[in-house]
Amino acid sequence: MPVSTIQSTPLEKLHVRLGARMVPFAGWNMPVQYTSIMDEHGAVRGAAGIFDISHMGQFIVGGAGALEWLNKMLANNVAKLGDGQGQYSFLLNEAGGVIDDLIVYRTGENDFFLVVNASMIEEDFAWMAKHLTGDVTLRNESPLWAGMAVQGPESAAAFAKACPGQTLPPRNGIVRFPVEGGEAVVCRTGYTGEDGFEFFCPAGEGEAWFEKFIECGAKACGLGARDSLRLEMCYPLNGSDLSPQRTPIEAGLGFFVDLEKGDFIGRETLAKQKAEGPAEKLVALAYTDKGAPPRSHYPLEDAAGNVISELSSGVLSPSLGQGIAMAYVPAALSKLGTELFVDVRGRKFPAKVVKKPFYKPATAKA
Amino acid sequence: MNVPQNLRYNSSHEWVLLEGDIATVGISDHAQEELTDVVFVELPPVGKTVDVGDPTAVVESVKAASDIYAPISGEVVEVNDAVEADPSLVNTDPYGKGWIFKLKVKNAAQVEALLDAAGYEALIG
Repeated sequence: MPVSTIQSTPLEKLHVRLGARMVPFAGWNMPVQYTSIMDEHGAVRGAAGIFDISHMGQFIVGGAGALEWLNKMLANNVAKLGDGQGQYSFLLNEAGGVIDDLIVYRTGENDFFLVVNASMIEEDFAWMAKHLTGDVTLRNESPLWAGMAVQGPESAAAFAKACPGQTLPPRNGIVRFPVEGGEAVVCRTGYTGEDGFEFFCPAGEGEAWFEKFIECGAKACGLGARDSLRLEMCYPLNGSDLSPQRTPIEAGLGFFVDLEKGDFIGRETLAKQKAEGPAEKLVALAYTDKGAPPRSHYPLEDAAGNVISELSSGVLSPSLGQGIAMAYVPAALSKLGTELFVDVRGRKFPAKVVKKPFYKPATAKA
Repeated sequence: MNVPQNLRYNSSHEWVLLEGDIATVGISDHAQEELTDVVFVELPPVGKTVDVGDPTAVVESVKAASDIYAPISGEVVEVNDAVEADPSLVNTDPYGKGWIFKLKVKNAAQVEALLDAAGYEALIG
């Protein structure tokens, strides 16, 4: 992507002041790390870390019939949400492939707050706008919000200190309260497996809040740690583990698809795959010995040395000290215990198909 | 930043210590700090002949793999098994226990052509 089109979050200057190493990611100039990925990863598993997620998108869906319309656009069942509740879902193309994975929150009878991936803001918006019907309204509020994710066993304590008198929502919930310059939106979700929350505030207030959460015990963390943390949990990364060529059923995320709720875009393919079983499945792979860190696009071979796939994600797990990866493999090779080989610059490292997730956080989510 | 005076440096951040016709090669303190936590080192086979600029070893952090280039031509005569067992030695002792491989030098003039400590300090600013 040309330098001129790289966007800045409201927190960019603060990251530089905090000594972050900045890299282009999904069209945004983002911190990859401040101290080291190992340090930051450990802070989230052991205490609390804070990530800039201002690059992610926020859409507001409203108007009469908003729920019915969202249920046609998304794979999960929005009707299951009460006010103040959210769910993980997928925006699919006609073939059932994933355009984006997102979280949809119900904030009122006909009001929904959607958090979408940074690189997909424009595409998601165009796709949804194209399918708008009736009185449903869709608004992209992404530039208005700064966002940060505070994650780790001590994240609730950091919230209590930073926001005295306010209460965190329950798991998957959403609350709003007034702050300087407007309103804060707090969602109890995350991308690390630890207890935590996402905090959205007016863009101009982002720096002050990020610094406040640091003062209240959260360590500044970059995208490097975010990637190793999410992969330990087998949370998919859009564009790597999810793509328009892959369905949620192939990705093993059928739990977030409701085939019973009525028609939605992509349903036909998903129903067929669910009935027949997908030809390929996204599996979790763990090295059985020490080895060079697995990384996305490294070739994956079967025991006979045939290249069967490539890794969609991979990292040396900081928590486990072991190479972990995900890859789409033929269903016959997706059984737990299947031995496969990761090719790293010509050297073959044995790995086994293992149960997801790789890592179980010590602190169960509330 | 630690830049020992007795070593020579490559602009791609390898250091060289020449003793007789044996050159020990590692990566600089600056390079290990840039890479951060080293989690894997891939060593070359002993006996391999390399030319200046050949990718000869690989040092990996959680996020990235970095080639280590031969700063001079020669034959790999010894590799540091200790960094294979404990890659963090590259971070904690880059000029000592964190050395990577030793070359039998073909042409000592190639060592002279490398940066001295002052030149390397100027490079890394």
